[in-house]
Amino acid sequence: MKAYSLLSLVRNGLNYHQDWQQAWRSPDPKSHYDVVIIGGGGHGLATAYYLAKECGVRNVAVIEKGWLGGGNTGRNTTIVRSNYLLDESAGIYEHAMKLWESLSQELNYNVMFSQRGLLHLAHSVHDMQEIGRRGNAIHLNGIDSEFLTPRQVKKMVPIINLDCRYPVMGGLLQRRGGTARHDAVAWGYARGADALGVDIIQNCEVQGFDIESGTVKGIHTSRGRIGAGKVGCVVAGHSSVVAEMAGFRLPLESYPLQALVSEPVKPILDCVIMSNGIHVYVSQSDKGELVVGAGSDPYTSYSQRGSFDQIEHVVGPLLELFPVFSRLRMLRQWGGIVDVTVDRSPIMSKTPVNNLYFNCGWGTGGFKCTPGSGHLFAHSIAKGEMHEKAAPFSIDRFNTGALIDEGAAAAVAH
Amino acid sequence: MFTIECPWCGNRDQSEFTCHGEAHIARPLNTESMTDEQWGDYVFFRKNTKGIHYERWVHAFGCRRWFNAVRNTVTDRISSTYKPGEKPPAN
Repeated sequence: MKAYSLLSLVRNGLNYHQDWQQAWRSPDPKSHYDVVIIGGGGHGLATAYYLAKECGVRNVAVIEKGWLGGGNTGRNTTIVRSNYLLDESAGIYEHAMKLWESLSQELNYNVMFSQRGLLHLAHSVHDMQEIGRRGNAIHLNGIDSEFLTPRQVKKMVPIINLDCRYPVMGGLLQRRGGTARHDAVAWGYARGADALGVDIIQNCEVQGFDIESGTVKGIHTSRGRIGAGKVGCVVAGHSSVVAEMAGFRLPLESYPLQALVSEPVKPILDCVIMSNGIHVYVSQSDKGELVVGAGSDPYTSYSQRGSFDQIEHVVGPLLELFPVFSRLRMLRQWGGIVDVTVDRSPIMSKTPVNNLYFNCGWGTGGFKCTPGSGHLFAHSIAKGEMHEKAAPFSIDRFNTGALIDEGAAAAVAH
Repeated sequence: MFTIECPWCGNRDQSEFTCHGEAHIARPLNTESMTDEQWGDYVFFRKNTKGIHYERWVHAFGCRRWFNAVRNTVTDRISSTYKPGEKPPAN
């Protein structure tokens, strides 16, 4: 793989960009791999990358039903933060945040990680108590968090309407939070993994497992059988469907979560705004579009659309907070299928089948942990034992009762 | 958004209803002798079906009564609704 650099940009520019090398190969599947990762989204590709880069496992394949990053990786609102209440959550999300901070250099690929600050607003006494508790917990975990008064909020975001129907009473700011270019994360990891010898196989759907006396030996796909020493499944919304093929159930339900973007405008909002109380989150992309996240539908579905009334539920609060946006037109709306656990924390775990590992349940907020999830999952698969930071997120917690109950305490885009 | 046929009061807008997940999960009777394993399975583990799904709804902003629906979770089309205690239709 030739590294991208200013020099290569100039050289290829002089040549009318005719000679850029392919970012990754499209090989035919081999008959056997040491590790097969099911799911070519950010988390799956990151897992493959770290397996090859740090764990010395080079004989790896990533199997993807559609195209790379075509699922939730390409459908989220690109927000990155690590402002979680509980120690276990802080452990994984801050682990990811530290990887984000050097990811573009690590991958030699600009993931456009922008630590523009993430401001969580409080609109009631309850909200103030919640950010007070969470802000201090974050601080005790050694992660940055600051409390802002309404006056400081107004200074930071001059276009905000503090005196809306539920007036802004304060804010919790994580300055290291921000956004990243979601497609670039998938592409960067894919390119990096491919250069280390990982086979990325697109348009290849998993149809079943080869399980002998409780141990996985391979998978059946739309492109034939592929033998595997170990299998890692990272398929988000379809985790329950794949688990059923392997003969067990998961504590998950899949819901559509939708987002929308406006027409592009000049820079007007230079941080991420989240409001749990009135339920909206918004940032401005580098193209100038406002990226607005709505709520998830209140019923399970695999439709990848999202219902119409959720749009009204997010646009109302958006315009209360930012009346200046009232004349903006929305360009696109879409939905992704998120796999939600009852405690709103992810699952990184062994399963009832030996050598089959699942990484799922990231719900409505998996993008932010892409590097951390991949890193911890890779080390867990390679070693055969869950990494100490991933261990609390075992499927067993739903039977032992040791839930990581982050739901009520997390910010809105959880 | 779609409309839902409430078996008690007829066709109404979906926004009047709330969904309460997979139907026909019977509460176990031998609760005092169940293991943590069995409790976890009963409380948290779900089929999460892609396709025909039997589920519980409440007409929350209407008659406030419970009923069951058969919905295709890929298309969101509801093929039938029926009252609690009634035999579930085959699709």
